[in-house]
Amino acid sequence: MAMRSPLVLVAMLAACEGAPSYLQGRGYVADREATLGWVLLAIASAVVVVIAILVLGATFRRRPPGGDLIREGGGMRWIVIGAIIVPSVILLGTTIYSTVVLARVARPAAKPSIVVQVIGHRWWWEVRYPGTSPAEAFATANEIHIPVHQPVQLELSSADVIHSFWIPQLAGKMDLIPGQTNVTWIEADTAGAYRGQCGEYCGLQHAGMRMSVVADSPAEFTRWLQAQRQGAAAPAADLAAAGEQVFQRSACAVCHTVRGSEAGGAVGPDLTHFASRATLAAGVLPNTQGNLAGWVANPQGIKPGVIMPAVPLRPADLHAVIAYLQALK
Amino acid sequence: MATVASPASDLALHERLLEHWETRPGLFGVFGTVDHKTIGKRYLVTAFVFLILGGIEASIMRLQLAHGDLRLVTPEEYNQLFTLHGATMIFWYASPVLSGFSNYLWPLLIGARDMAFPRLNAYSYWTFLLSGVFLYSSLLVGQAPDGGWFAYVPMTRAEFSPGLNLDFYALALILLTISTTAGAINFIVTVFKLRAPGMSINRIPILMWGTTTTSFAALFALPSLTVACVMLYLDRRFGTRFFDAAGGGHPLLWQHLFWIFGHPWVYIVVLPAMGIVSDALPTFCRRPLVAYTVVALATVTTGILGFGVWVHHMFATGLAPLAISFFSAASFAITIPSAIAVFAWIATIWHGRPVIRTPFLFMAGFIVLFVIGGVSGVATAAASFDQQLTDTYFVVAHIHYVLIGINLFPVAAGLYYWFPKMTGKLMDERLGRWNFWTMFVGFNLGFFPMHISGLLGMPRRIYTYPSGIGWDTVNLITTVGAFLFAVGVLLLVINVVRSRLRGAPAGPNPWDGPTLEWATSSPPPPYNFAVIPTVGSRHPLWEKRLEESGRSVLDEGPTLEAEKTTLETSPLDGQLTDVLHMPEDTLYPVLHALALMATFYGLLVRSTWLSVAGAVLVLALTIGWLWPTARALEEA
Repeated sequence: MAMRSPLVLVAMLAACEGAPSYLQGRGYVADREATLGWVLLAIASAVVVVIAILVLGATFRRRPPGGDLIREGGGMRWIVIGAIIVPSVILLGTTIYSTVVLARVARPAAKPSIVVQVIGHRWWWEVRYPGTSPAEAFATANEIHIPVHQPVQLELSSADVIHSFWIPQLAGKMDLIPGQTNVTWIEADTAGAYRGQCGEYCGLQHAGMRMSVVADSPAEFTRWLQAQRQGAAAPAADLAAAGEQVFQRSACAVCHTVRGSEAGGAVGPDLTHFASRATLAAGVLPNTQGNLAGWVANPQGIKPGVIMPAVPLRPADLHAVIAYLQALK
Repeated sequence: MATVASPASDLALHERLLEHWETRPGLFGVFGTVDHKTIGKRYLVTAFVFLILGGIEASIMRLQLAHGDLRLVTPEEYNQLFTLHGATMIFWYASPVLSGFSNYLWPLLIGARDMAFPRLNAYSYWTFLLSGVFLYSSLLVGQAPDGGWFAYVPMTRAEFSPGLNLDFYALALILLTISTTAGAINFIVTVFKLRAPGMSINRIPILMWGTTTTSFAALFALPSLTVACVMLYLDRRFGTRFFDAAGGGHPLLWQHLFWIFGHPWVYIVVLPAMGIVSDALPTFCRRPLVAYTVVALATVTTGILGFGVWVHHMFATGLAPLAISFFSAASFAITIPSAIAVFAWIATIWHGRPVIRTPFLFMAGFIVLFVIGGVSGVATAAASFDQQLTDTYFVVAHIHYVLIGINLFPVAAGLYYWFPKMTGKLMDERLGRWNFWTMFVGFNLGFFPMHISGLLGMPRRIYTYPSGIGWDTVNLITTVGAFLFAVGVLLLVINVVRSRLRGAPAGPNPWDGPTLEWATSSPPPPYNFAVIPTVGSRHPLWEKRLEESGRSVLDEGPTLEAEKTTLETSPLDGQLTDVLHMPEDTLYPVLHALALMATFYGLLVRSTWLSVAGAVLVLALTIGWLWPTARALEEA
């Protein structure tokens, strides 16, 4: 029992590359939560080791050769020291420490200049950048870009059931609840893409409700913003242009918006710059031609229960739609 | 009043008492018995059946999660599996199994002949059984609950969940709360009114402190669950909008109601189990429990504080940091009473002379698991870190260390300890050791790595995960450990069945235990004690050897042989106040429970005539049940 120190295992496994471990923070909030976490886990491990040793020691310690029953008396000191004094000191310390962390991470030092609205849907993330004027506002989905080293305010709400916004390496969870808007914030201290996932069970495809936050350098972020604010360019290639026709007259346009075209559906994700996103189907698949074709042809096969229906398309039309979507840079 | 005799071997007395107390053989006896020992054993067996059902569900889930991207079950099947698994283990195993122990043991521990309300006791069992049958009948139509055991709205409103799934959930839980409420009332009255003369309240075993505390907690916590389930049912079936934000309701209302019930419930399923350890451990340490009074008070304190921590399930819902920090501090503070119990057990071992038998192994292992589950709980009390931990596998690890470590391990210890009393046969010690080590190693191998998958960012309640992001190995280890653990539980079942058939005879007191249940034969006669004892200390069977000042009298006293009666005493000092007439076996409880279930099926399928017919039947049976006996009319 004593040799199974949790800390060692945790340290070993937290080094696993790729896992979105919140013990390896990459943002202001997550850094502080991770430090708090390591302290708590260290105390916890020490307590478990001490107790295991005490249980073994109490069981196997040498005793004078015995008679019958042992009379009552003795032992209160164990309780006073072990169960009252020592834990009170430790718990008071951790309570104060954890309250301080809670206060520190509750809001950023300065009011963030960038606001991102995230609206939870079964099972994808609508992301809105309101900007400073209606002309600047645009919507995207499942991939949030932020500038590194800058606090970003998140306004979270839900269109249907409760979801939870969670990028383990940037910050802990905040729920998206119908009927209220929860405000929180994130700040990345290293550029890169961070995996996230819905943190509250929300039905059939809770497992398939993933996303990412990409922390860009300020220059990259500005470029990204400007590109996203534009409507989609008319497709240049013939195949893609044919695909746009298919998209407009089939069920696709009923649910999806492509700004700059006639497609203005509001049920599914905004696809204006779909090809600029790294994943599709809310972070479930890399955004490649093959995956995209498989997804459009049979969404239920990839995310059983997903609300997007399989739109019956002739192979040539499917091919054209894929070309169109891939042209939406 | 009663005759005073010294009739330990008086066969005639035995015959006379049997006449009043023995359940008639045949179908009437099977369905009509009100004997607390039969009811207690039924509770235990039924709870274990639910444990095995929940275990099968868990095994399928562990196969699915053994590696990323597996497709053994569909998302819908997986969601039904984890919902059934959670609900079954928490509601239909963890609490009823402890009711089983308490029902079987309480009258034996306090020198009474039955529980205060034997018919209500039978009713608690039948409604418990039938509520479970009701829940599992959902599988027959393929619409088992799929909203998680916590069933968060609005996902569980008809809008997003149109099937019968959540109707099964809400109605089965309401039926179960009726059972649990009846049981809680019975325990409270029994502990305060039925103790043998001289058994003042500071002489009852800790198990009774645990169950009494949880019974009070249940009475205050359950209405919150019942109300929540009724509101959910009304929202779903009649279009009310309690939980609909667009209609002026609020989804968080459900969460508050659910957790005001839910967190006390965690203590409800562990305090009696901790009591089992506090009572059985001293027997194997050859000394009384260290600091009995402090442990008893810590038990009550935990039950009270348990009502002040529910918001720690809601740290990520957007509540104000100030509100959160109060509940965070309370969640830290509740650690202290648990630490008191832990150190009382360790001190009892240290200052005792341990006899290492199977029950001791389960209890020593339990202490370590208790502490692991405790300190991981402390980590979740730190609000800002909990915003990371919540809804990850770290919490899955925590809840299993609590529910398996603090419930199932003491339950196994209790089974090994009291099985000889229940059956008159000893359990196999060699198989017992295999049983313990398989369970202990399997449990830690299976559930410890869940802490790590959680820290690696793996959320709970996902039917699959992408392979290759660092979660595969740790999940495979968990699956292997979980199956080893399942083998361990199977060994427990095998040992129970085998020992029941071929165990060595136990005699009245095989462990040289100190408390009253060991003073009567194994298994006890239907009337428990031929002579109602008078209790002079906490350890009636040890007091002479411990040279305690108290003197209990076990072989002389009232025999109450003229009628079916037991003694009533005062709530605190245990002074004799009256003689109570006890009810005969009756079919009213089982019929009433069946009628209630029919009503609930009516509500489920929206059949007005079935609901109304069932309700009328329930009313008629209630009147029949409560119809005064000839004696009651005479006394009036």
